Amino acid sequence: MLKSLAASWTILRISLEERLVYRGDFALSTLMRFLPIVTQIFLWGAVFSAIGTGTNSAAGKTVSIVGYSYNDMIAYYLLTMIARSFSSMPGLASGIARDIRDGNIKKFLIQPVDMLGYLLLYRLAHKLVYYVIAIAPFALVFFLCRGYFPGWPDGPTLAAFLASLVMSFLLGFFLEAALGMVGFWFLEVSSLMFVFMLFSFFFSGHMFPIDMLPGAWGEIVKIIPLQYLAYFPSAVFLGKIQGPALAWGLTLQFAWVLFFFLACRLLFHLGTKRYSGFGG
Amino acid sequence: MNYLRVFLTFARNSLVRDMTFRANFFLDAFTSMVWVLMNLGFYTLIFQYAPSIGAGTGWEKYPFFLFLATSLFINSLVQTFFMTNMAEMSELIRTGALDFALLKPVDPQFLVSFARMEWSSIGNFFLGFLLLGYSLVQLGYVPGALEIALYPLYIACGVAIYYSLMIALAAASVWLGRNMTLLDFWFYLTTFSRYPMEIYRGPWGSPLRWAFTFIIPVLVVVNVPARLLVKPLAPQTPADWLLPLFTLLATLLSLAASRLVFNLALKSYRSASS
Repeated sequence: MLKSLAASWTILRISLEERLVYRGDFALSTLMRFLPIVTQIFLWGAVFSAIGTGTNSAAGKTVSIVGYSYNDMIAYYLLTMIARSFSSMPGLASGIARDIRDGNIKKFLIQPVDMLGYLLLYRLAHKLVYYVIAIAPFALVFFLCRGYFPGWPDGPTLAAFLASLVMSFLLGFFLEAALGMVGFWFLEVSSLMFVFMLFSFFFSGHMFPIDMLPGAWGEIVKIIPLQYLAYFPSAVFLGKIQGPALAWGLTLQFAWVLFFFLACRLLFHLGTKRYSGFGG
Repeated sequence: MNYLRVFLTFARNSLVRDMTFRANFFLDAFTSMVWVLMNLGFYTLIFQYAPSIGAGTGWEKYPFFLFLATSLFINSLVQTFFMTNMAEMSELIRTGALDFALLKPVDPQFLVSFARMEWSSIGNFFLGFLLLGYSLVQLGYVPGALEIALYPLYIACGVAIYYSLMIALAAASVWLGRNMTLLDFWFYLTTFSRYPMEIYRGPWGSPLRWAFTFIIPVLVVVNVPARLLVKPLAPQTPADWLLPLFTLLATLLSLAASRLVFNLALKSYRSASS
């Protein structure tokens, strides 16, 4: 127990140091990632201005799209940036698939280190460093855009927001890891990953609040787990999901985390049975 | 040296290469088309809620789809011809493989700009045609001879401006070593040209619009050709005449400036090989 804790600590520490090597490049690229928000601010400003002058607008009523005012919309986009910073796992699935393909995965089969545990700690370290460095650009942008927010939500909402963020990290991790392990069966998963990224960008709510989707589309995206990667935490923060719906949402999110955790374990178990490694 | 023949050889070699991995080729073309369709879905969704993008700008659904079609033409051309080459260029500089480009008896900028062609991106070009035709039919509008003649010219200007910006940023990796950030920067800059320029207004928008028109002219790239179709021959203000003229000047200046940056970068290039 103590030994495995020490091992975990070492993994975490080494990953932390590795991540800090290119910190300048990193802070700059984080700040740049907010540039598209500027165009979103103007795009939605134009869209809302057109609704305001439309024939169907009632005078004096705040213009909104599916319950989102202009300010809500911008706040929503900023919040999805936070959610994505928790749930996105660049290179995780492709890394696992590569390790399977070129045989690097052997080291996890012969060393007393659990691959999923190792990768989780490694990601955790990367994310921690990310927040330490990214907090400055994030704080700057959120401070400049504070006018778009209705103010701090109450304690329980904030707690639910944080819980959903932590779970979105875990969901993102296990979901991508499961995709990567498909590499045991198909050697190349890059096209699969691309399709996943495409759908995830659209249906996670990264591109727009998924409440905007009409009819059956709206129903489908509420069922699949992608919404928990960006939409759900942001909507919770803005108070769009409250009461029983919030409790139910958090429960479902937890269930999805559990599902993909078990899926990872199962795929790894089945995959390593199939796998054959040669050479040293 | 016949540059056209060299270019055609590059194009053929790239096609041969792409056809070697045929399944991958079709998958690439397919996924990038799905991406475009998804974006189209997003804008369709917006028009479910709003009559136009910006009150009184005239960018209603089908005019805006013409704007998107224009954007598709330009982006697919840039992706087909330059995107891979420019991403490769910083790698050439980092590994010292640029030596080989410098040793050949062709203009090095020509060589690094056109060496690879990404044929799979041409799919979006055809998607652009479909969208263009569909939107024109919906609008019930047939462009005049002048618009038809000028439209391809301004598409070419747009491609040239995007290319200039890209090669200048890629060449700058000579001074920085690691430059994925710079090419990302190109991507982020060009997000500003994704929408009609009218959306940039107000105390923050107006200076932004000015800067991205006159300092880094990314706003004219899609807007000018798109306006040819959407607001044809009905110039409301003198600016409507001036902007297309300015675009020609901006194209020439951008190309000249990028050439300058490229040559300066070559002077600072130190081969990395032994």
